[in-house]
Amino acid sequence: MSASTPAASPLGSAASASTARAATAPRPAPRRSRGLGNWLLPTYSVLALVFLLIPIVYTIVFSFNKSLKSNISWNGFTFSNWTNVCDQQDVCAAFGTSILIGVTATVIATTLGTMIAIALVRYRFRFRAVTSLLIFLPMATPEVVMGAGLAAQFLSAGVPKGIGTIIIAHSMFCLSFVVVTVKARVASLDPALEEAGRDLYGSPSQVFMRVTFPLLLPGILAAALLSFSLSFDDFIITYFNAGTVQTFPTYIYISATRGIPAQANVIASAVFLIAIAIVVISQIVTQSRAKRLAKVQ
Amino acid sequence: MAGGIFAESGADLELVGIHKRFPGFTAIENLNLTISAGSFFALLGPSGCGKTTTLRLVAGLEEPTSGQILIGGKDVTSTKPFQRPVNTVFQSYALFPHMTVLENVAFGLRRRRITDPIAKAHEALRLVELDHLAARKPQQLSGGQQQRVALARAVVNRPALLLLDEPLGALDLKLRRQMQLELKNIQNEVGLTFVHVTHDQEEAMTMADTVAVMNKGQIEQMGAPEELYELPKTAFVANFLGQSNLFTGPVTASNSESITVTVAGAQIVVPKSRAQVHDGTITIGVRPEKLSLLTEAPAPTTGVNVIGPGRVVDVSFSGVSTQYVVEVPHIGPMIVFAQNMVFGPVVNVGAQVWMSWTVDHGFGLSDSPVPEDADLATADLATAQIATAHAAAQAGD
Amino acid sequence: MAMTAFAGAPTQAEPAPRRQSKIALVLLLPGILYLVLFFIVPLVSLVITSLEAPAPDGSGTFQYAFNWQNYVDSVGTYSTQIFRSFLYALLATVFALLFSYPLAYFIGVKVRKWPLLQSFMLILVIAPFFISFLLRTLAWKTILADEGPIVTSLKALSLLGPQTHITGTPVAVVFGLTYNFIPFMCLPLYTTLERLDIRYLEASSDLYGTPASTFWRVTIPLSLPGIVSGTLLTFIPAAGDYVNASQEFLGGASSSMIGNVIQSNFLVQLNYPAAAALSIVLMLVILIIVGSYVRRAGTDDLL
Repeated sequence: MSASTPAASPLGSAASASTARAATAPRPAPRRSRGLGNWLLPTYSVLALVFLLIPIVYTIVFSFNKSLKSNISWNGFTFSNWTNVCDQQDVCAAFGTSILIGVTATVIATTLGTMIAIALVRYRFRFRAVTSLLIFLPMATPEVVMGAGLAAQFLSAGVPKGIGTIIIAHSMFCLSFVVVTVKARVASLDPALEEAGRDLYGSPSQVFMRVTFPLLLPGILAAALLSFSLSFDDFIITYFNAGTVQTFPTYIYISATRGIPAQANVIASAVFLIAIAIVVISQIVTQSRAKRLAKVQ
Repeated sequence: MAGGIFAESGADLELVGIHKRFPGFTAIENLNLTISAGSFFALLGPSGCGKTTTLRLVAGLEEPTSGQILIGGKDVTSTKPFQRPVNTVFQSYALFPHMTVLENVAFGLRRRRITDPIAKAHEALRLVELDHLAARKPQQLSGGQQQRVALARAVVNRPALLLLDEPLGALDLKLRRQMQLELKNIQNEVGLTFVHVTHDQEEAMTMADTVAVMNKGQIEQMGAPEELYELPKTAFVANFLGQSNLFTGPVTASNSESITVTVAGAQIVVPKSRAQVHDGTITIGVRPEKLSLLTEAPAPTTGVNVIGPGRVVDVSFSGVSTQYVVEVPHIGPMIVFAQNMVFGPVVNVGAQVWMSWTVDHGFGLSDSPVPEDADLATADLATAQIATAHAAAQAGD
Repeated sequence: MAMTAFAGAPTQAEPAPRRQSKIALVLLLPGILYLVLFFIVPLVSLVITSLEAPAPDGSGTFQYAFNWQNYVDSVGTYSTQIFRSFLYALLATVFALLFSYPLAYFIGVKVRKWPLLQSFMLILVIAPFFISFLLRTLAWKTILADEGPIVTSLKALSLLGPQTHITGTPVAVVFGLTYNFIPFMCLPLYTTLERLDIRYLEASSDLYGTPASTFWRVTIPLSLPGIVSGTLLTFIPAAGDYVNASQEFLGGASSSMIGNVIQSNFLVQLNYPAAAALSIVLMLVILIIVGSYVRRAGTDDLL
């Protein structure tokens, strides 16, 4: 234990302080230049966001267009496209098909992907690196290659193209995204929670159902949402494997030459608004939970 | 290691009328401070007292709301951090994780296009005895090693002013002691002006030539460590820097040499030279290790103050010394540190005791303690240890 | 958003997996089998198809013949489109990076103090994800059309000649690719920049780093993982895309990319071997580019 330095410093006396509590009036410090530099980035960012929104706003606005055949020039405002979406039967049917495919593919991909994610984080096994590569590769492969490959396989196996082949294709490319999303959640989970579950006499299945699964649920839900939106919006792979079936994107692609009915804009706008609502609500829930946690601590 | 651009020695730092307001609160209120070249200066205070803000103002990482900052007589208030001859050892070290230790140390030299940055960086690493780890990434080093790299990275630039923002805070006690000595040695070696911010009073007292105690955005008292400890001027300093027994009462007598304060019937004499205020109701105090414990009422002697009788309510043994808490009627608890010159405590709980001290050891404050400052229970072990060390030093004289 | 998981999050040190178990196998097997069956096997059948030759009976079908000539022929015939694809993809990646970096920096660093505004801006960045890819591209087609507002006003300002167009040109295709993949670039950049410790920037400034040198020496290197995954997430799909370049969308006759060629060979001309050979070439080139790029950037694990 050291005693304080005994050398009473001559320097100490050279230093002086005064805290004269009301002696000198505060003098304004010379300000640093607050010029263009401080405004450049915010202005740019706002303009960039506006730019990103242009085609979205365009699509939504034209869902209210009083259009006759093609929905390219503005003919006046109407609600009728929204109230009579299914007047254009093809659009409605294609939308229904997309929903069916999206839901089925999401269920398959989320189930298989969650299982892989848990195994990757929680267990040790051989061929781990190979497994990771197998999951990474579909994300690094252009869609056109996956679409052509599957189509070639179905062709040589004599499988007729249809809803089934589309579902198979969608589940495949969604799978990797589910694994990555859920894996991040599993990795952030404290293994001690599961250990505590076991310590408190939980059987492995009870621990999974009552501890692991509820904690993973936000990650699984996020993965399912991602998977659905990937499936719903996929065109390239679908087009190679659709046969005569029309999904919403293939319908738009085919109609692009002869004009797209405003009802397509209605469906796209509705899907957009629902998706944004889900994202906003989940953000609010997360933030208020974070705030509550912060308060507790 | 000298080069044209390097500061040959430290420079004076002058803060003139500094105010710093953040949205919602004032961090610094009219701060005036001069630190002379080549000194090791410590800014000591509890967290939130404005000491880190002061440091960031000097470094240029914050702008003062008003006031001026001068380094070596030059006004640098409106210059940016990279234009100031100042380097900082950050509390978090902030070592660039994407560079090796050597690249980290050479960073500042390269930015100023100083010749032979690698050789100079190696030299700085040798100074902190880490040259053998030059090729490592910061993440591969221990906390103490990272701290030394951060020091080398700052010192290598030979700044006129080296700022240390609680650089030892993250280290464990033993390592902290060791680093304190090394820092002090390095300062002696390179002769730069060091400004060290800390909330650890022992650290400030061990290392610095001059300590400024900061509280609520203002400097309460400034001086050599001994001066601050032996003659605190405010209740905050008296309690933040070590422990004190404080009494408040009216001045009832006064002569050319001393004043007499009456506290719960007891007459306590304080030399005028050691009291900030000489009339009215004032607070006076004495350090716990200056007190002697007596089991019998002593005969009145000039030059000695006596309080008692009181009852010992707590005895705690801490190796070098023993701390006694004595409850005195109408005065409250008093703390006494006694050297363990014999085996075991001198008195036990329940014993009736008197306490005496030489008049010259007392001090008179300029203010009175606010209730929380007076709370003796908040004093921590480190405080007791300093006082003990002081007592030991005095006993040796 | 979930994409951020893929998006250049530096892999945390994973807790050492604790148990070796048959459960792992049960968890892994279905998904792995699925990927083998519908990802690996299709690639293999693509390779087999690429080596086929027309059946001698003249039925229009193909049979396996180890016909290497398909590669030589298709690469020879379509070298322009192959080169163009990678050029367009590269340009779109660079433009998307230049567009996104300041935006991601602003959202991730400058707006950090206001988390609500930060998530609001982030939602706007990913908003294009949620509106049909094809419809938003068609929206640009209308906006950029000859009678659209952009071209008309550029012509009125004499910035564009009277006979020039935007749609149907390489400019429109690169523009469309850039626009469509900006969110893929922005998100990973945001994820790394959001975690960028301001204290490193302060330290650099303290060590005589000017704003410019702080940006190049500290900010950029520290956000490298985001740059790497953002550029990959943009480059890979852009190189294989054929929607933007197709004539019904933003492209023209002289701007078709390898994706358009594969699609028309496979689905229109029914020349499966050529389409397969081109797909394999595309895949290999991308794997080589990705592999060497990732190695050079020094971030080996994207997963």
